[in-house]
Amino acid sequence: MNNQKKFELYKNMLLTRRFEEKLTELCKIEGKIPGMMILCTGQEAVAAGVCGALEIDDVIITNHRSHGHLIAKGANLKELMAEIYGKRTGCNKGKSGTLHLAVPEVNALCTTTVVGGGIPIAVGTAFAQQYKKQNQITVCFLGNGSTDEGSFHEALNMAALWNLPLITIIENNVYAGAQRTEEITRVKDLADRAVSYGIPGEIVDGNDAIAVYEATVNARARCLAGEGPILLECKTYRWRGHGEADHQVYQPKDEIAAWMSRCPIKKLQEELLQEQLLSEQDILNIEAEIVKEVESAVQFAEESPWPAPQEALEDVFV
Amino acid sequence: MQQITMGQAIQQALSEEMRRDPGIFIAGEGVGKSIHESPVMPTYGLLKEFGPGRVKDTPVSEAAIAGLAVGASVMGLRPVVEIMFNPFFTIASDQIVNHAAKLRYLSGGKSTFPLVVRIKTGAGIGAGCQHSHNLEAWVAHCPGLKVVMPGTPADAKGLLKSAIRDDNPVIFIEDMMLNFVPGQVPEEDYTIPIGVADIKKPGKDVTVVTWSKMLGVALKAAAQLSKEGIEIEIVDLRTLVPLDKETILQSVRKTGRLVVLHEATRTGGFGGEIAALVAEEAFGTLKAPIKRVAAPDIPVPFSPPLEQFYIPNEEQLIQAVKSIIG
Ligand SMILES: Cc1ncc(C[n+]2csc(CCOP(=O)(O)OP(=O)(O)O)c2C)c(N)n1
Repeated sequence: MNNQKKFELYKNMLLTRRFEEKLTELCKIEGKIPGMMILCTGQEAVAAGVCGALEIDDVIITNHRSHGHLIAKGANLKELMAEIYGKRTGCNKGKSGTLHLAVPEVNALCTTTVVGGGIPIAVGTAFAQQYKKQNQITVCFLGNGSTDEGSFHEALNMAALWNLPLITIIENNVYAGAQRTEEITRVKDLADRAVSYGIPGEIVDGNDAIAVYEATVNARARCLAGEGPILLECKTYRWRGHGEADHQVYQPKDEIAAWMSRCPIKKLQEELLQEQLLSEQDILNIEAEIVKEVESAVQFAEESPWPAPQEALEDVFV
Repeated sequence: MQQITMGQAIQQALSEEMRRDPGIFIAGEGVGKSIHESPVMPTYGLLKEFGPGRVKDTPVSEAAIAGLAVGASVMGLRPVVEIMFNPFFTIASDQIVNHAAKLRYLSGGKSTFPLVVRIKTGAGIGAGCQHSHNLEAWVAHCPGLKVVMPGTPADAKGLLKSAIRDDNPVIFIEDMMLNFVPGQVPEEDYTIPIGVADIKKPGKDVTVVTWSKMLGVALKAAAQLSKEGIEIEIVDLRTLVPLDKETILQSVRKTGRLVVLHEATRTGGFGGEIAALVAEEAFGTLKAPIKRVAAPDIPVPFSPPLEQFYIPNEEQLIQAVKSIIG
């Protein structure tokens, strides 16, 4: 892995973190951000590591916790923010909001909030890639809870049967809603589920961006070699609640603290400092640059116009 | 009388019924341990009172949740299962549409399926179309399912008790915004029969047939129209299946005019059914064309001005009423 890449992963994670911290702040202001707000704070290494290993033409299909995935895939930050605000300049003209952000420009073709709803679609995109003999793959991001849906099993079985170029990423962040993984499944490692489809299932440290990146590089090569799908279980943790309105009463404080001490961003930062690829001054510079980028996204969203009510009628059919 | 919200009324119906009948259990995603530890939530406190044997937190598995209800009910239990948001009913729909609705018939009347599926619905929460989609017409179209959609806390409590005691599959659809609207609810044990509409406001000029959250819109419009000397009669269906045809027809025979108001999108909506009923059975008494006020045929958008545009409002109802009064 080259130094440039490490640098890129670091910046991506930091950008996502600051973007979402800003959202946490904005959610506290009454009436600022409509609807639910579901953040991936603490899980940035999965997003940055996986998307860092992809080409722009590779497809991602993601879920309700998508900010990190989309930012790492290269979505326009201003348009993301404006969409979250519900403004006309948002990437989906205010139709989708934070929960269904779609950014086809970077091949982030679908964000679904239907748990498990994304993976059958990922079978379709991977099928199209294989059918058209494109040298590309599909990545589907799922939460641990989604592996309990029938759609997960049906889709992976079919993808395996047809050797589709599909990487399934399970972001095991310990919870699905208020339920802990062990309260809703007897499988300890969700990677084991791969056995029943006859495909490999690997466990990856989801707080280690480099480990995630390397696992994805290998998985991608396997897909491109025509060896079929693979499942990567990234073990990580969600620092925030299921949504910003969730007060996390069911999440032990010491558990949150323990995972926060394993911050994926701090981890990579320390490595970069140790290897002298980054100086304290560089960190300050990057930080300042990123804060500016987030601020200008917020400003863009704030200053953007609301859609006119009648625009609700547009975009149903071509 | 107590002043409580629909969420609290449903909580009371559930807990009172569970105390009464040990065969009742509830299941769903977060019906016990929830991210919303709040007394306004319909299943608040039930895990503590009844324990994990009767309050089953499930995996995120709608098909299995629905099938659980079908299988357990044919064995004589009385499951009340929850589907978190109406759009996710599509995942549960095989078990409900192809099995719950049909198995009594397929058994030649020998088996019964006393189950309730509680489903949250409604626009206005700013969560977009994968959380907000009113699909009552879909379930109403399946013979074998009763469909209940209360518009007040008191109706919700009495109707849910009836639904739980009913030996048929009942789809009980709760509008999320109503969870926050308080109303008067009797303290004593009472039921409201399924299949009986309620006249929420009498009037002589125009019949407005509605249900669920749109009842509030109709009441607001009524107050404004009254000031102009127009008295609408509001028929709150409360139950779509079985349909209280007589109350609708009687009202239309009296007023000679009909507007149907619902939040679901217009095309193929249940409003068409009401209009057809009146056209078939009370055509002669109509003094004006039947009107429908409904959402436009689009998915529920996220952005606040777009979402507000989607939801039918008083102004549209008032316009529709006036348009058929000469
Ligand atoms: C089909 C469906 N059922 C229920 C929900 C409600 N819901 C949203 S997120 C969630 C938990 C998902 O957990 P997981 O897949 O582990 O993802 P995480 O939120 O932990 O990232 C649930 C039950 C939904 N969105 N879709």
